[in-house]
Amino acid sequence: MNRRMFLIGGATAAGALIVGYGLWPSGRMARANRLAAKSGERFVANWIKVANDDIITVVIPHCDMGTGSFTSLAQMAADELDADWTKVRAEAAPADRSFANSALAEAFLLDETNMTRDSIPIFVRGTMEGTLRTLAGYMDLQTSGGSTAVRVTGVYGMRIAGAAVREMLVKAAAARMSAPAEAFRTEMSRVIHVPSGESFRYGELAAAAAEYSPSSHPKLKPKSTYKLVGNPIPRFDIPAKVNGTAQYGIDTKLPGMWYGAIKISPVFGGKLVSVSEAAVEHNRGVKKVVRLDDAVVVLADRFWRARSAVDALEPIFDNGGNGNVTSQTIRDRHLAALKSGKIKPDHVTGIGADALKNDTVVEHVYNVPYLAHAPMEPVNATALYKQDGTLEVWAGTQDGLGSRAFCAKTAGIDLDKVTFHLLPSGGAFGRRLPDLWNFLTYAVKTAMAVPGVPMKLIFTREQDMQHDFYRPNVTSRFQAALDKAGMPMGWVNDYTTDDEANDEAHILYSVPNQAYGAVKIATHVPTGPWRSVESSWHGFFIESFIDELAHQAKRDPLEYRCALLKDKPRHLATLNLAAEKSGWGTPLPAGRARGIAMVECFGTIVAHVAEVEVPDDGVLKVHRITSAADCGMAVNPDGFRAQIEGGIIFGLSAALYGEITIDHGAVVQQNFPDYQVVHLAECPAIEVHIHESNAPLGGAGEPGPPPVAPALTNAIFAATGVRIRELPIMNHALGKGAQPG
Amino acid sequence: MGIRLKVNGLIHELDVEPDAPLLWVLRDELNLTGTKFGCGISACGACTVHVNGKAMRSCSVPVGSVANAKITTIEGLGAGGLTAVQEAWIAHQVPQCGYCQSGMIMAVSALLATNPAPTDDRLAAAITNICRCGTYPRIRAAVRAVATSEGGPR
Repeated sequence: MNRRMFLIGGATAAGALIVGYGLWPSGRMARANRLAAKSGERFVANWIKVANDDIITVVIPHCDMGTGSFTSLAQMAADELDADWTKVRAEAAPADRSFANSALAEAFLLDETNMTRDSIPIFVRGTMEGTLRTLAGYMDLQTSGGSTAVRVTGVYGMRIAGAAVREMLVKAAAARMSAPAEAFRTEMSRVIHVPSGESFRYGELAAAAAEYSPSSHPKLKPKSTYKLVGNPIPRFDIPAKVNGTAQYGIDTKLPGMWYGAIKISPVFGGKLVSVSEAAVEHNRGVKKVVRLDDAVVVLADRFWRARSAVDALEPIFDNGGNGNVTSQTIRDRHLAALKSGKIKPDHVTGIGADALKNDTVVEHVYNVPYLAHAPMEPVNATALYKQDGTLEVWAGTQDGLGSRAFCAKTAGIDLDKVTFHLLPSGGAFGRRLPDLWNFLTYAVKTAMAVPGVPMKLIFTREQDMQHDFYRPNVTSRFQAALDKAGMPMGWVNDYTTDDEANDEAHILYSVPNQAYGAVKIATHVPTGPWRSVESSWHGFFIESFIDELAHQAKRDPLEYRCALLKDKPRHLATLNLAAEKSGWGTPLPAGRARGIAMVECFGTIVAHVAEVEVPDDGVLKVHRITSAADCGMAVNPDGFRAQIEGGIIFGLSAALYGEITIDHGAVVQQNFPDYQVVHLAECPAIEVHIHESNAPLGGAGEPGPPPVAPALTNAIFAATGVRIRELPIMNHALGKGAQPG
Repeated sequence: MGIRLKVNGLIHELDVEPDAPLLWVLRDELNLTGTKFGCGISACGACTVHVNGKAMRSCSVPVGSVANAKITTIEGLGAGGLTAVQEAWIAHQVPQCGYCQSGMIMAVSALLATNPAPTDDRLAAAITNICRCGTYPRIRAAVRAVATSEGGPR
């Protein structure tokens, strides 16, 4: 089954978010599924409430990590509903206080079959019944990642729910007037009887409307009549984020709470051998030193007291046998495996690698380093293990329901004894996805050591950076067979992987014979999804190699790519839009050059043109990044642009500076000075142009970063003749006399 | 032995060690959680507050050193209604996750108080706060809008 079939199949047969997960590698999906603690675990696609006072509340099954999905999803539901936007609200389901003790919260987090009509008096129940309800039963998780919110929850949940609710309101009005439903239209949260002009507020129809079953196949609006979708509507969450009132996981405060600071074994997998508590146990405010398997936690009445105490401890950890591992030993294993010639391709078209037997063969090897996510809010969690054996946890994660199951499993208690409060995240980028939850593990275990006492465990930046699940270090070798004109007839790509082989090594370009495959190199370094996931490395590799082939053929890199994209009009249009807006081909001052790259991932095509300057002193200046993106249609164009802008800067930090190195089995970098990121001073001018098409809606959060690094290194090559095949760029000398690649 | 701290116009008598970081005193003692912890070493600026009108990174300020100073946090900045900077932040839809934005707004507000119309270069030199979501282009646009608006920042 290929990726697209997954998407379509999931949409019609497997429920909203399972489709999003279906887009991810099968191995990760299996791991995600294991997190569901018991079979009764369910997820309801979405909810829409219509209140007496006309306020429409769209309940969002995603976390707020800054992507604006609460607003976009509400736009999608409200547009189908013909709602008055000024009366539309969005809220995160588990944080909804009005639901807190109701069957509805239970339904959301446990099993929607517990729902009773009586538990929601004035309520239109969205997609409770019908197809979507059945589909919801498949859902184990509630994940925000993979750019799934709008393109999956929105398209298959919110729009349908909004349209279904609208139909129910019309039926209620029709019954009240004993008129046929066809005689009514809807506008601005009113149902209007067209012949008489008489109209009803949605709020006054809500109770009666709730008596009808929502259709699982309501009539959807044609795109041409959208009023909210496609508009740059201001985000709901922003006012609270400019006056300091937004509450994140780290802001949780409970009466009598203790604060925890942790020191984890520097070498991944190392165990705690010994620690002398005596050094700190009489410090002011210190309550307890908790020994865990591979870490030590100091609990105190204030965080700074816990932190200075844990800093004063000198715990001894063993190294789990990995004390000699370095980034170099890992690289050496990559290169040896790629040289072995024993890699079986996962995908072959045409005659595959046999194409290399004729023609000119070009070969290059590329590498990307480990990267930390480094969200601005260091990972943290607050937990209370009560004397009655129940557990309550507060944290920002990318999957509330999965987190709850994970905490239950960690504590070794039944799921129904765990309450999980999902809070907004100060950035995530994958750090808070399932399987990356060491902060939940340590918080739950620490809380269980002090029953009855709520405690908030905060990783310092150093612990966050040294105990992340990193974007993997990946090495990739390409070989291309070229015809006399320099066009690729054969494309062979072998690459390393820490996980399963994945499909993102596929290329957009038309090459008749292809073979690509992965070799798994297991290490003790934990890895995980990092914004854009596999495309963050394959995008750099592929778009670098194709650029090298263009130069080898002495052809313009844009024109060379276009020649290989003749059967892909959306890609051609997007690439050309970026090129045109960047002034591609027009003269630049001396020392400046442009580079281009395009990657399609998570349903969206993104092309960037980077304009760089490399003066004689070699200090690279990135002047401008001109971007074009095709996500089908941007539900909120301003929000979409913001995601691409942010993605460009995220990609820029990684390309220029990003590198986590391993020495003596542990991470070397500790904090932002040695894990450098882009500041305002290095932020180039950025333009984002949207190319509209009729393609299915694509993602916004994930697709921005991948073309950044190759656009930059391609521009650096054009400016200097230096070809950078290993990131980050800062490790390479670029000034006068630098070695051309 | 208590420390007198004047925050957002209110005076607090606190029983804390003089070397306790101002950040954690604000957050844990005074419940002013709008000021954020990002790095703990003055590298990211998420904890920026005003001390006598100047931007300071509170994670590295011992509370004892500011005992008699006038401290303003994000909660105090717009207490009498949103400032021009905060309004521009909304108009330009600056925040994404928002976690760094209290610090950004405090840093920018302190800069504009002394330099109401900074050039982009001056702005970039002065504002070294880190945003991982990548809101810098909008920060630049929002500051430009405030700097060029009639009457300048208030």
